[in-house]
Amino acid sequence: MTEFTPLVSLFGGALIGLAAVMLMAFHGRIAGMTGIVASVIPPLGSDWAWRAAFLAGAVIAPALIVAFAGGDVIGFHSPMPVEWLVAGGLIVGIGVTFGGGCTSGHGVCGMARFSVRSIVATLTFMATTAATVFIVRHVLGVL
Amino acid sequence: MQKVLVAGLIGLIFGTGIAISGMANPAKVLNFFDIAGTWDASLAFVMGGALAVTAIGYFFILKRPAPVFDKTFHLPTRKDIDTPLLAGSAVFGIGWGISGFCPGGSIPALGLGEPDALIFVAAMVGGIVLARFARNTLGSRASAQKT
Repeated sequence: MTEFTPLVSLFGGALIGLAAVMLMAFHGRIAGMTGIVASVIPPLGSDWAWRAAFLAGAVIAPALIVAFAGGDVIGFHSPMPVEWLVAGGLIVGIGVTFGGGCTSGHGVCGMARFSVRSIVATLTFMATTAATVFIVRHVLGVL
Repeated sequence: MQKVLVAGLIGLIFGTGIAISGMANPAKVLNFFDIAGTWDASLAFVMGGALAVTAIGYFFILKRPAPVFDKTFHLPTRKDIDTPLLAGSAVFGIGWGISGFCPGGSIPALGLGEPDALIFVAAMVGGIVLARFARNTLGSRASAQKT
């Protein structure tokens, strides 16, 4: 069980949106984690420096929150066994590369522009995620 | 330099949003999709908040002639629904469902010092490299066949 946190989640979501809007206002770019991560994997593109800085900021932020507000502020529990995480990571990396985006790029930035491709992509991965969770938890009985 | 520093600041805001919203917490993510079990609807509020702010913000920002650090806005222009989009997105969902991590959730989770986040991200980078290799190989073969 995890606690239902509508207000904190809404506020966190609004911050994600603020970051997306700022990246468009300053850099003219979509805040898609797939493209940003891919750009810092060699062979590097020409515009990788600001993307590396974005990633550094994204990693440092939770560390700062934990350092100043204490370890319990940000809930974290990773229930899946290590082999599933490795498989999941590989599958995610392959899927987002061919699909051209993930929850941030298609789900937030693309849907906010009413992009048909992003709406179709988001509906597709939300459906397969839900189906996968159902199979893993209720058919295979793994948690 | 300014462009890099501002990107770092925007990354901080993004990471803060991901962390406090619960998107960096695999258990919370998986529970959102587990409607038949321990359902936690919080992620609908993350998506709702992010979409509302982004849609309204983009509406005004994209009316401007250009972003601050560039001559033009870089927006995807494709409108066609092709097989890689559908198959890639479907495959992504399978990985998200078995791990509880998506790219945007996993990177900030690294900052929590959790080994599971590092394992996932390392595997994800491997997946991106593999997919690139496959696409380049298949792509060059397809273009070789055409000629």
